[in-house]
Amino acid sequence: MFELLGIAPQALFGQLLLGLINGAFYAMLSLGLAVIFGLLNVINFTHGAQYMMGAFVAWMLLEWVGVPYWGALVLVPIIVGAFGVLLEKVFLKRLYHLDHLYGLLLTFGLALMIEGVFRKQFGSSGLPYANPLPGGTRLDFMFLPNYRAWVVVASLVICFGTWFLIERTKLGSYLRAAVERPDLVQAFGINVPRMITLTYGFGVGLAALAGVLAAPIYSVNPLMGSNLIIIVFAVVVIGGMGSIMGAIVTGFGLGVIEGLTKVFYPEASNTVIFIIMAIVLMLKPAGLFGTPK
Amino acid sequence: MMKAGTTKNRDLQIFAGLMALALIAPLAIYPVFLMKVLCFALFALAFNLLIGYVGLLSFGHAMFFGGAAYISGHVVKVWGWSPEMGIIAGTACAALLGLAAGSLAIRRQGIYFAMVTLALAQMVFFFCLQAPFTKGEDGIQAIPRRPVLGLFDLSDDRAFYYLVLGIFAFGFLVIWRTIHSPFGQVLKAIRENEPRAISLGYRVDQYKLLAFVLSAALTGMAGATKALVFQLASLTDVAWQMSGEVVLMTLVGGMGTVFGPIIGAGVIITMQNYLAGFGEWVLVIQGAIFVVVVMAFRKGIVGEIQAWWQRRSRNQA
Repeated sequence: MFELLGIAPQALFGQLLLGLINGAFYAMLSLGLAVIFGLLNVINFTHGAQYMMGAFVAWMLLEWVGVPYWGALVLVPIIVGAFGVLLEKVFLKRLYHLDHLYGLLLTFGLALMIEGVFRKQFGSSGLPYANPLPGGTRLDFMFLPNYRAWVVVASLVICFGTWFLIERTKLGSYLRAAVERPDLVQAFGINVPRMITLTYGFGVGLAALAGVLAAPIYSVNPLMGSNLIIIVFAVVVIGGMGSIMGAIVTGFGLGVIEGLTKVFYPEASNTVIFIIMAIVLMLKPAGLFGTPK
Repeated sequence: MMKAGTTKNRDLQIFAGLMALALIAPLAIYPVFLMKVLCFALFALAFNLLIGYVGLLSFGHAMFFGGAAYISGHVVKVWGWSPEMGIIAGTACAALLGLAAGSLAIRRQGIYFAMVTLALAQMVFFFCLQAPFTKGEDGIQAIPRRPVLGLFDLSDDRAFYYLVLGIFAFGFLVIWRTIHSPFGQVLKAIRENEPRAISLGYRVDQYKLLAFVLSAALTGMAGATKALVFQLASLTDVAWQMSGEVVLMTLVGGMGTVFGPIIGAGVIITMQNYLAGFGEWVLVIQGAIFVVVVMAFRKGIVGEIQAWWQRRSRNQA
């Protein structure tokens, strides 16, 4: 077996795969944040809690109703997305005319409430979720678990599907137009308030879908969302929220960098993304894909 | 509207009244509880300097609070420094950290500013989790209470209370002086209309940075004092929940009001005291308060009272 800088290839590729998977979650979550922010001008602090809810609803469907993983993949985004629509109709709708920071504070409060309820109900030690794709493939340089390969492929499909939907379809063109000039789009006879509601539901559904994908990898834990959302915020600051493709590339890229840091300098693996954020702020304050405003 | 001069005098009169109450409060209320309220009130006042007077929402103030708590705990316990030097060391380190974090964060505006400060605070959290001197999950425990200035014994809670009250009054007056200075007027101009402040020739970034450093330093003073009072500096002090808590205190009391943060800190600490037995529900209740305040009374307790008072005096006039 060859060695690279004194690191066994098993460890290197193993961490690379882990990094790619973390990156997949960064990408999916920052994508949802960007879509929501584009139309609603709200930074959705509840995003992490909604990701956690996705994992929990999948667990409940499996344990209580007997719906398998593949069914959950379809049902969970709809259930949690509907919950998001409810939040938008009851709370967020009333804050659009105010400063952005109220949207942040409101969603922060909602995130605390959701996390608190789940911690009360399920404790904070985490619940196991059976792997729907056990086994794996032995490659020359590493062992590739089937489920992890599936997560990478699925997240790529989801990310590029979203990109296609927004950048290449008629619906997406309405959406992009409403980001620029909601009043004009409304004047052309499109129901913009409903579009905003559904966009929020879509973003939340995306977070929940990521949660289902995460359930068999990480244990289903009420804290999984708040741990992740702060990193995703840093990812969003690095990438800038102006571009869908930027969010995808930044998410995957940072995941891989984080994985490599675990191999070469593990002490910094928790902080590397924040350090990159600091460097990007010094060199390109608007973010890698952002435009200065 | 009242003239600025009368508002200033009225504020100072209210402050004098509050201080008089605070002087006799230990006769009726447990001093350790009062010290906790004072530390968090100073923390919220320092936070309010940014959100209320410059319009910058920092979601990472725990890094200054907890960072200073660790520094003062370490220098007092391990290096054997006196408490006043411990608090000064904590404050100075928080100011330096504020300079570093502030110069990065002010490069972005609005919502991004909040995300950058949150992320930087998380970086400090992971640093404190891994650095050996913070003792990981245990934190720095049993920080000794040495005599202050080598003279006054602090092992008695009441004696310590008056020191904390003095620190709090100092912090309040620094903030009060700042917001009523020409510097403070420029800060408010930046809050109201940043492009116009720039076009008037003000170096907006320098003003923002100075305000950020001042806020960080006073937050550090509160954190360092809190560490000595409870003889403990732990990860709770640097965690993001702490950053959220100070936002909540300021929001409940009234952002941009002089006394709001004090009232807000009192309300939230009292609530935590009574709800301590409910465990996880505290989180849910705090979240619910956030939601209710943002939806129903965004001005906070003091802000709503002021608005009511102004309506009343206008009707009478």
